[in-house]
Amino acid sequence: MVETKIREYTKEEIKEIRKTRTPIPEQDAVARGKNFEEVALGYTEEQALREANRCMACKKRDCVAGCPVEVPIPEFIQLVKVGDFIGAAKKIKEKNSLPAICGRVCPQENQCESLCTLGKKMEPVAIGRLERFIADYERMHGSGGGENEKPKPTGFKVAVVGSGPAGLTVASDLAKLGHEVTIFEALHKAGGVLVYGIPEFRLPKAIVQSEVDGIESLGVKFDLDSVVGKLYTVDELLERGFDAVFIGSGAGLPMFMNIPGENLNGVYSANEFLTRTNLMKAYLFPEYDTPIKKGKHVAVVGGGNVAMDAARTALRLGAEKVYLVYRRSMEELPARKEEVHHAIEEGIDFKLLNNPVEIIGEDGWVKGIKCVQMELGEPDESGRRRPAAVEGSEFVIDVDTVVMSIGTGSNPIIPNSTPGLDLNKKGYIAADGGGATSKPGVFAGGDIVTGAATVILAAGAGRKAANSIHEYLMSKVKN
Amino acid sequence: MANKILEKRILRSDLFYFVAEASELAKKAEAGQFVIVRADENGERIPLSLANIDPDRGTISLLVQTIGVTSTKLSTLNVGDEIKDIAGPMGHKTPIEKYGRVILVGGGFGAAPLYPIGRAMKEAGNAVVSITGARSENLLVYEKELGEFSDKVLISTDDGSKGHKGLVTEVLKQEIEENGADLVIAIGPAIMMKFASLTTKPYGVKTLVSLNPIMVDGTGMCGACRVSVGGKTMFGCTDGPDFDGHLVDWDLLMSRQRTYLAEEKKAMEAYTRGSAPSS
Ligand SMILES: Cc1cc2nc3c(=O)[nH]c(=O)nc-3n(C[C@H](O)[C@H](O)[C@H](O)COP(=O)(O)OP(=O)(O)OC[C@H]3O[C@@H](n4cnc5c(N)ncnc54)[C@H](O)[C@@H]3O)c2cc1C
Ligand SMILES: Cc1cc2nc3c(=O)[nH]c(=O)nc-3n(C[C@H](O)[C@H](O)[C@H](O)COP(=O)(O)OP(=O)(O)OC[C@H]3O[C@@H](n4cnc5c(N)ncnc54)[C@H](O)[C@@H]3O)c2cc1C
Ligand code: FES
Repeated sequence: MVETKIREYTKEEIKEIRKTRTPIPEQDAVARGKNFEEVALGYTEEQALREANRCMACKKRDCVAGCPVEVPIPEFIQLVKVGDFIGAAKKIKEKNSLPAICGRVCPQENQCESLCTLGKKMEPVAIGRLERFIADYERMHGSGGGENEKPKPTGFKVAVVGSGPAGLTVASDLAKLGHEVTIFEALHKAGGVLVYGIPEFRLPKAIVQSEVDGIESLGVKFDLDSVVGKLYTVDELLERGFDAVFIGSGAGLPMFMNIPGENLNGVYSANEFLTRTNLMKAYLFPEYDTPIKKGKHVAVVGGGNVAMDAARTALRLGAEKVYLVYRRSMEELPARKEEVHHAIEEGIDFKLLNNPVEIIGEDGWVKGIKCVQMELGEPDESGRRRPAAVEGSEFVIDVDTVVMSIGTGSNPIIPNSTPGLDLNKKGYIAADGGGATSKPGVFAGGDIVTGAATVILAAGAGRKAANSIHEYLMSKVKN
Repeated sequence: MANKILEKRILRSDLFYFVAEASELAKKAEAGQFVIVRADENGERIPLSLANIDPDRGTISLLVQTIGVTSTKLSTLNVGDEIKDIAGPMGHKTPIEKYGRVILVGGGFGAAPLYPIGRAMKEAGNAVVSITGARSENLLVYEKELGEFSDKVLISTDDGSKGHKGLVTEVLKQEIEENGADLVIAIGPAIMMKFASLTTKPYGVKTLVSLNPIMVDGTGMCGACRVSVGGKTMFGCTDGPDFDGHLVDWDLLMSRQRTYLAEEKKAMEAYTRGSAPSS
């Protein structure tokens, strides 16, 4: 194991460092707008120790309650303080199998960090940055072994549909319990949104790959290029000797606004725009074969993480001007704060309280986007103030590319090919807290149950489903 | 990995026929469906129709017309090589039932899906007429294969070197006028499908076309394949590939197919440079 020199902080020093969180080194805003390398560079050991020492190890432990999978946060931070980084990694992994990913992409400011006791008076402890540091440290220095003892095979076989965070978590948990797991993935690469959606500059694909490799080393088989519902139906998987099936197929169906001009050349769904860039590596075209239109003036419609990713990707592809058109105001922007902050730093032009009504074309190509100004009225069901169009306020922004990032829905391939699988009103799979569906032996979790949500919720659903699947299989033994 | 090439035939300098191992796919696939293929690790995902499906042998066949980087990369693969990725079967199968008289119109790689479709139509009890064409007799392909199940095969060539001198649509019109038709299936370049649909419209003959928009995933995830049919936006991959030819917005399809012309040219130049023997 690597020796870490522990810097001990005096009481006075701790009082001083508690005032401000330790900044994370980042690539310069101008330079990074031209490359796809990761923006945040991660803490050094010294920085991690400083940040860990800000934690008051309070009794309330509200941060844990704010975490959808209840990572024992004060405990892992305590281990960081004493320099036991590998121990800290093990502590996190008791609850979260994907810390390198979650440390980078979780909306911590709405979860753990929002409830941090220190945060009530000063800046909250940078829990996400510490999680990321620990996971990166473990990846680079090795886990010290021990936890990878081969479990006794149970003889049960489980099919997992989809290799996003939900599927990966189910697979890894079940494999550790001795079940034989095969992941069926529609695309040619495993990782789900983590590889096709979230860009390299926010989540390096090598990190996702190392998680996938780790799960493969547990004996999980990856059957890529396998679209369940097309190549095999869920029922066929059950007939072929799988004792249970987990569906973690995500919410991958792109939505459009149904406004005139949406089929012009140069209009992309965020899924297409990001898939071409991330999964297919169009930013390295023609070294990679898949092309993408590198727009000069780009409008991205939407305000979530996906919209931020699309806008910042357009910039990195070489756009001179990128607009983010969102119908509500800065306060309602659903994206992670850090991404909004980064997007502003990088020069994305936020056109808030504006809604597109038409995409204007010429000879089949996008020439502009006509928007109408919005004002906020009474709160709607979601509690956010409902935007309404201001009459006569239409104006046109000249753009050559439009990326629609207004949300995704449930892909009908699996529902349509699986009789007996109940859906909810929105077309997502109906499942209980443990992931059990209306179909015996069939479980589901992640975005395909909740609708588009977060990595940690999908991973958490995967963990809960793994427990129910294990119980379900073990009950079969007794009978 | 499966996907091993078992047979390769060069039908024409730009048309290659492959038989590849894909036992699971072959069990599941049906006439009219397609696969998404990648030639190598840096490769693009492109759709190719299933030109034949042999569940007993565990193989599928592909007919590849070389027009750009991916199709050219595929054409350089030989027996024993593996196609990097084959995913499918994508899309809906062609609705096979007894219609009566079915006319198939195919040009170039369009003949590929027509082969399994035509055979299934024949087996379903239809009278099947195939119409195919080329610029000149020496460029004609698939005449013999279509003959395996067709009651007759009609040919047209631009230069009149074989069959009717002119376009397949003229042959189609004549055939409908003389013998009638209950269903026309036209598959090939968009422009051919457009004119075949325009030809059948006045006769009120139902016309199915297999649309070929640009695709990425082929599973409904990206929307690259948007087409407009009867004024409604649909996804070519999951709602199709077959649509009612009389309702298709052909100009939109052809416009969208041209999205990447500049990039495709650049890619081909880079590829030719890269694969040229170094001197
Ligand atoms: C651009 C973008 C940015 C995001 N940013 C963040 C962020 O910063 N923080 C955060 O917490 N969350 C973020 N999210 C949301 C988060 O990524 C998702 O909530 C999460 O990935 C859902 O996980 P999942 O396992 O349910 O599904 P997915 O990750 O969607 O994976 C589903 C997998 O199933 C496969 N599949 C689908 N159908 C089939 C089939 N029929 N057969 C076989 N395989 C199939 C898909 O190809 C895919 O690989 C973002 C999402 C996007 C799109
Ligand atoms: C459902 C369907 C079935 C098809 N079946 C066959 C077949 O059986 N045999 C055959 O040879 N071809 C078939 N095609 C067309 C084939 O996919 C394109 O010729 C191929 O993608 C060209 O790729 P390229 O890299 O060689 O050429 P490029 O130089 O990249 O492109 C040449 C032209 O092909 C089209 N094209 C390019 N990329 C794609 C893409 N990802 N998806 C769709 N079209 C694209 C564009 O119109 C482009 O202008 C089919 C297309 C569809 C949608
Ligand atoms: S090809 Fe992506 S949705 Fe049809």
